[in-house]
Amino acid sequence: MSESILLLALLAAATARGAAPLVLAALGGLFAERSGIVDIGLEGKMLASAFAAAATAAVTGSAWAGLAAGIAAAVLVGLVHGFACITHHGNQVVSGMALNITISGLTVVLGYAWFHEGGQTPLLGPGARFAPIELPGVSALGAVPGLGLVYREVLSGHNLLVYIAAVAVPAVAWIVYRTRFGLRLRAVGESPGAVDTAGISVSAVRYGALAVSGVLCGLSGAYLSIAHNASFIRDMSAGKGYLALAALIFGQWRPVPTLGACLLFAFADVVQARLQGTPLPLVGVVPVQLIQAIPYVLTVLLLAGFVGRAVAPRAIGVPYLKER
Amino acid sequence: MPGAVWGRARHGWVVPALLPAINLALALLLSAVVVLLIGESPTRALRLLTSGAFGNGEAIGYTLYYATNFIFTGLAVAVAFHGGLFNIGAEGQAYIGGLPVALLCLGAGGWPTGLVIATAVVAAAAGGAAWAFVPAWLQAKRGSHVVITTIMFNFIASAVMTHLLVNVLIKPGQQSPETREFAPSTWMPQLHDLARAIGWEIGRSPVNLSLILALAAGGLVWLYLWHTRWGYELRALGHNETAAIYGGIQPARTVIVAMTVSGALAGLMSLNEVMGVQHRLLLNFPGGAGYVGIAVALMGRNHPVGIVIAAVLFGALYQGGSELSFDMPKLTRDMVVVIQGLIILVCGALEHALRAPLDALFRQPARASAGS
Repeated sequence: MSESILLLALLAAATARGAAPLVLAALGGLFAERSGIVDIGLEGKMLASAFAAAATAAVTGSAWAGLAAGIAAAVLVGLVHGFACITHHGNQVVSGMALNITISGLTVVLGYAWFHEGGQTPLLGPGARFAPIELPGVSALGAVPGLGLVYREVLSGHNLLVYIAAVAVPAVAWIVYRTRFGLRLRAVGESPGAVDTAGISVSAVRYGALAVSGVLCGLSGAYLSIAHNASFIRDMSAGKGYLALAALIFGQWRPVPTLGACLLFAFADVVQARLQGTPLPLVGVVPVQLIQAIPYVLTVLLLAGFVGRAVAPRAIGVPYLKER
Repeated sequence: MPGAVWGRARHGWVVPALLPAINLALALLLSAVVVLLIGESPTRALRLLTSGAFGNGEAIGYTLYYATNFIFTGLAVAVAFHGGLFNIGAEGQAYIGGLPVALLCLGAGGWPTGLVIATAVVAAAAGGAAWAFVPAWLQAKRGSHVVITTIMFNFIASAVMTHLLVNVLIKPGQQSPETREFAPSTWMPQLHDLARAIGWEIGRSPVNLSLILALAAGGLVWLYLWHTRWGYELRALGHNETAAIYGGIQPARTVIVAMTVSGALAGLMSLNEVMGVQHRLLLNFPGGAGYVGIAVALMGRNHPVGIVIAAVLFGALYQGGSELSFDMPKLTRDMVVVIQGLIILVCGALEHALRAPLDALFRQPARASAGS
């Protein structure tokens, strides 16, 4: 009995760790998409940040410097996206994919040239990455039956960025629904013409949204390379940016449902990791490769089954032309 | 979508002809910055790249072999683009297209080569089309975005094919996950062999009959897009969905047809790689050609002629790039991916940035002469 409870607690903790990068990236995408900019570049921004963070942390030995570099890289990529889509009315999906492809090559080229480790960055020492944090009073409360276990195994022992992801959800909800910037953000995504008429710059709001998206993707990418892992590996985002985007759509562009979708994807990933090599009833042992595809199949099924009538921000994907 | 807003400048042909060249120059300039960043000489890199791609008959053959892949995937992406659809799944569609081709070649050892080729064309197209059909159907009927679904289908295709190659199709007693070699009678004929048969000696290279098939596919795509009702419906849908629906065009059916054609074209790519060159099914044989197709379609402005030219250019980048990495080990093949991404950015996303000033440049003298 206590063993299965412990297993559940461990699954929950693993789900939280897996969901953190998805949540951060999806919330970043929420800002961009709520402002009317399709943000398929989440993947590229995560990857750029993962590389910049690991490279900087490897050189300086400081996780904080790495985090700052990661955020700067992701914001820069976001601003290039903005330059193409906002300033020059370019196709937003094409721009995002272009950046994703460029970054997947660029990170390896630069990594190979700078660190001579076949595209990886050097392994980071303890000070150069975000270590697990033990919450206060774990030793005292951990002994309490039930809640103590939850506190010790599920809530405590994650790295800083997981806690930031957890705090980011209510914070983003507050910004989007309760602040002036949030109101403008939503208005720009629904009816940019009206916002323009009110004397607010559509471009400025959208650039701002992309900058915030960059910061959040920066946190997400840094999580991958200097918190969860200890170096950059080529293509280490491995589709997480796309999963985050799918979670955002499945969450109907709202923070809390998006969190739910991210947890679901992360849980599917934890389950697939545990299912590998375990015989299942009726089908026997399912090959590892097929089990690894579970999160992707789940994405397709979710988008097809439940989001048929997802209401996207009305102006999404449409460049705003002031002169019209 | 790109292709919807082509300029109406007075010198109609100047801008479309000049713009891709300027865009390419800009993308190469940005790439030169990257080359400088890692401490190599961009001019020397460009020289090595060009001689590696076009220096001799063999090099040209390799360039055309890569170009064959990119013509197929470029056409695939372009067909979808005309309907306002972004098919990022050409990679997975090509990968799945290779499966029936490989099964056919493994089983059809005794067949005459001509029959194998004809059947393989159908098999490759069917495989790719099937893999594109599901995202198309989901987009048309369930409203799930084709971009995300096709990306997911790339991941799923990769998982399925890895499983099949590692656990099912692998040649027994072998470590690397690949099938046994096909019987030579099922190989796609090499162009240098065909040329020798008519008394023309060209260098040995992997370029094969698939190149001719790719060019033929380009012709068929041109007919489909501009000389059939389906092509008209597709382009109408891509230009203005509301008007297309008002005109009696069924968007769901048009989307499904276009994506299926797109997937079939991507699937045909496997003929070149599986039947023409490797003569076995390899792990990840498309090697990113599906993504190159995006760049090729955008650079070729979604027209078959432009796509063939852009595909040769990318073939040169791939072939020249692998030669380059011998002489400059710091410039790995990933550099080509960077150039490819930058070209998509400049030709696709930033297409309006250069178009407007260029249009203005060529419109002004015309207006001045009309006024005088």
